[in-house]
Amino acid sequence: MTAPLLRIEDLRIALRTESATYNAVENVSFEIGRGEAFGLVGESGCGKSITALSVMGLLRRPLALAGGKIVLDGEEIQDASPAEWRRLRGKRVAMIFQEPMTALNPLSPVGRQIAEMFVLHQGAGWSEAMDRAEDALRQVQVPSPERRIKDFPHQLSGGMRQRVMIAIALACGPELLIADEPTTALDVTVQAEIIDLMRELCAAKGTAILMISHDLGLVANMCRRVAVMYAGRIVEQQDADAIFASPRHPYTRGLINSLPRLGARARQGRQRLQEISGVVPSIAGYPAGCRFNPRCVAVTDICREVSPEATPLPADGLVRCHHHG
Amino acid sequence: MRMPRLRLKGGTSLWIGGTLVAVAIAVAVAAPLIARTDPVMDANLMNAEIPPGLEFPFGTDAQGRDIYSRIVYGARISLTVGIVSQILNSLIGVTLGLTAGYWGGWWDDVVTGLTNLMLAIPSLIFALAIMAILGPGLSSLLAALGLTAWSYSCRIARAQVLSLKSQGYIQAARILGYGDLRIMFTQVLPNILGPLIVIATLGMGGAILSEAALSFLGLGIRPPFPSWGSMLSEARDQITTAPWLSVFPGLAIFFTVLGLNLLGDGLRDILDPQSTTRRT
Amino acid sequence: MLLVLGRRLANVIPTLLAVVALVFLLFSVLPGSFISGMNEDGRGAIDPAVMERMRKEMGLDDPLPERFAKYVISIAQGDLGRSFRTREPVTRLIGVRVWPSLKLVFAAMSFAILVGVTLGFVAALRPGSLVDTISMVFAISGLSLSQFWFGLMLMYLFALQLQWLPSFGYGDGGIRHLILPAIALGVGPMALLARTTRAAVLDVLNADFVRTARSKGMSERRVVSWHVLRNALVLVVTIVGLQFGSLMGAAVVVEKLFAWPGVGSLLVDSVFQRDMPAVQGCILMIVLFFLAINTLVDIAYVAIDPRIRYRR
Repeated sequence: MTAPLLRIEDLRIALRTESATYNAVENVSFEIGRGEAFGLVGESGCGKSITALSVMGLLRRPLALAGGKIVLDGEEIQDASPAEWRRLRGKRVAMIFQEPMTALNPLSPVGRQIAEMFVLHQGAGWSEAMDRAEDALRQVQVPSPERRIKDFPHQLSGGMRQRVMIAIALACGPELLIADEPTTALDVTVQAEIIDLMRELCAAKGTAILMISHDLGLVANMCRRVAVMYAGRIVEQQDADAIFASPRHPYTRGLINSLPRLGARARQGRQRLQEISGVVPSIAGYPAGCRFNPRCVAVTDICREVSPEATPLPADGLVRCHHHG
Repeated sequence: MRMPRLRLKGGTSLWIGGTLVAVAIAVAVAAPLIARTDPVMDANLMNAEIPPGLEFPFGTDAQGRDIYSRIVYGARISLTVGIVSQILNSLIGVTLGLTAGYWGGWWDDVVTGLTNLMLAIPSLIFALAIMAILGPGLSSLLAALGLTAWSYSCRIARAQVLSLKSQGYIQAARILGYGDLRIMFTQVLPNILGPLIVIATLGMGGAILSEAALSFLGLGIRPPFPSWGSMLSEARDQITTAPWLSVFPGLAIFFTVLGLNLLGDGLRDILDPQSTTRRT
Repeated sequence: MLLVLGRRLANVIPTLLAVVALVFLLFSVLPGSFISGMNEDGRGAIDPAVMERMRKEMGLDDPLPERFAKYVISIAQGDLGRSFRTREPVTRLIGVRVWPSLKLVFAAMSFAILVGVTLGFVAALRPGSLVDTISMVFAISGLSLSQFWFGLMLMYLFALQLQWLPSFGYGDGGIRHLILPAIALGVGPMALLARTTRAAVLDVLNADFVRTARSKGMSERRVVSWHVLRNALVLVVTIVGLQFGSLMGAAVVVEKLFAWPGVGSLLVDSVFQRDMPAVQGCILMIVLFFLAINTLVDIAYVAIDPRIRYRR
């Protein structure tokens, strides 16, 4: 077995305020192989986005990396210098953000924003870079790219803008693409197109994907392995099929029960969509013991006192629950 | 992600500003007690143009009047102008803004037009024109500065009414049988009180600067009355021989206005976190 | 582009008409109070013969709408009447004053932009640093200064004590006479620009697209020059336009202080000489200039921000 492309080991991200320091993310470990698609799922506020940002070295105060290792291709990068990070970002690890509306500079033509990648990382001149930007737009299936490169972001639809973001991210053929809720802001019909496009292009180039979403269905559909995060920790990690077939953590079960079902399982009878009661706890108010205990249907005394350790599951999986049976 | 509450910023400016303003108000109120001489009558040519020293802390002017005492009394004029003009501006602005937003229609068009007109004329020029017509004096100053700077409060009041309207609050209140006036005072006014206080505080500083400028030009408070601006107007000709005449009134203006600006900034952080009053 | 321009110009005309109407109301309908109001200045009442001449000259006995119509028509033809004092056409009186005023106002604004925007930028790139704190203390102090007092202090220090620069007057129109009044006038807008530039840059630095730029592997310097600068500029340009208004108000006082032969000092002198046609002319001139500047700002806006170009 070859070394994984990305290995996160015991990652801890701190939120420092004037009065106190909190752990926004802790005990997070996972691996992504070359060309593999890995999914990170959880409600907003669970720490999945900042985990992704830490892999890009883009955490900004009050957030900061407080411990753990980030290993890219056998090389520890968590303590990289700003210059080293710059050589990594965009070139080896690229990122797509949630809001295609605001993620592009409104005052700059989209062609230029793609071309910057070639100028930055491949020493291209501007005119050559613009030609290649046109090609990049063609690759992400934007119609008449020769005209579109001169357009400003506000002249494009949301889906088109996200295609531009993909073109930027994949411009320099990165080894890892981080996609943070790339389709959440889009229409449902456009979502599928964007996902397919990402999958196709990454498969063709052998790019690994770290897919971040609140939508377990979407992630399981796209990724081979899935980790579920809750309140700053990974509570369960399994193969995508296994997680649907036998979810081990009550939170994962809750997530699955809240998905609308089609097909076979729906035919077993009309079921009400279930919701998980309560809200994600505030970072300053994580409960003692298991962090899910105030919302858990299977809660017992031990859950309120002892924080559960990770229990290994087959195929590199894990679950963090006292009652995972 | 949910952030724990961060500590309120702007504490320092609030405290420094508040202290400066409190001192200015205290000086104005206690003027007869802390002044050493009568600011107008106690001229004594034997004491003319004495530099600052032990006997006269800020020196004396060409007529031998104590500059310190004149500055102490000048605080009364500056603060009166500042406070009264801002009350006038707020009253006009809020009344126009509330009614325009509430009733809409042609009245709204008139008020919007008026606001745009006010913004098209530099406010000091407007005040100068009014002073030219009314002639110098405190009451003309109050009119000139109190009638020409209401556009900010007007806009905020109008915007607040429109936003409440669009959220259905006002219609709901009407269905409950509330009268127009009651809705304006109980539903709208409390929502804009914070921004209004910020605007008035910052506006006071502006009014004090305008008063000084108009008095300096000879169009505001005229000598021998001790306004800081009129003192500077007299001092200008003696800048070579008696520079202290110019220094102290200017510093008085500076620290008072600085206090108001800092206080306004500090209050904005507390009362108007969305910053509808960020000055442009 | 032309369409946008046309629309902007169409917006200016009603405002201009309203200003003309206001000036007309203030000075032509209420000139009685204007005249009697100035009696307090100790120079005694106006000669009844002069009063009569003024009434005649301004056609005060005609009905109001007719007078207003005449007034608007004569202004549209570029006729602002004749000065009571010198009997010259007011346009000529103002004409010789326009250039010095423009020079002063633009010099002051250039100073304000150069220093203010730089300070704001430096402060925003290092928030919370010593440079930031000093710039912002500097800025709020500049906002609290009485500009003519600051001018007086500059005059005392640099002209009278150090004798580096002339203390007042226009001289031969060279830059040496311009420096002190321009700095005195520019310090207010400089301070405000420093503050707003800082706020604007901080705002842009937190924008999503700046995070995108960073995720591309750009150096902070390139992030700023490629993506932050232009976006912050949009805000700065607006502030510059708005600041011209208060700048022109303050210019009146600064011109008077430095005996600068501009429109502002003409305005003040005319007020004291009760030269109403000149007063009206100066005010109209100043407002017209302010409106022109704001229209220019709108155009600059369109040039910088593509979103406006296509907005209906």
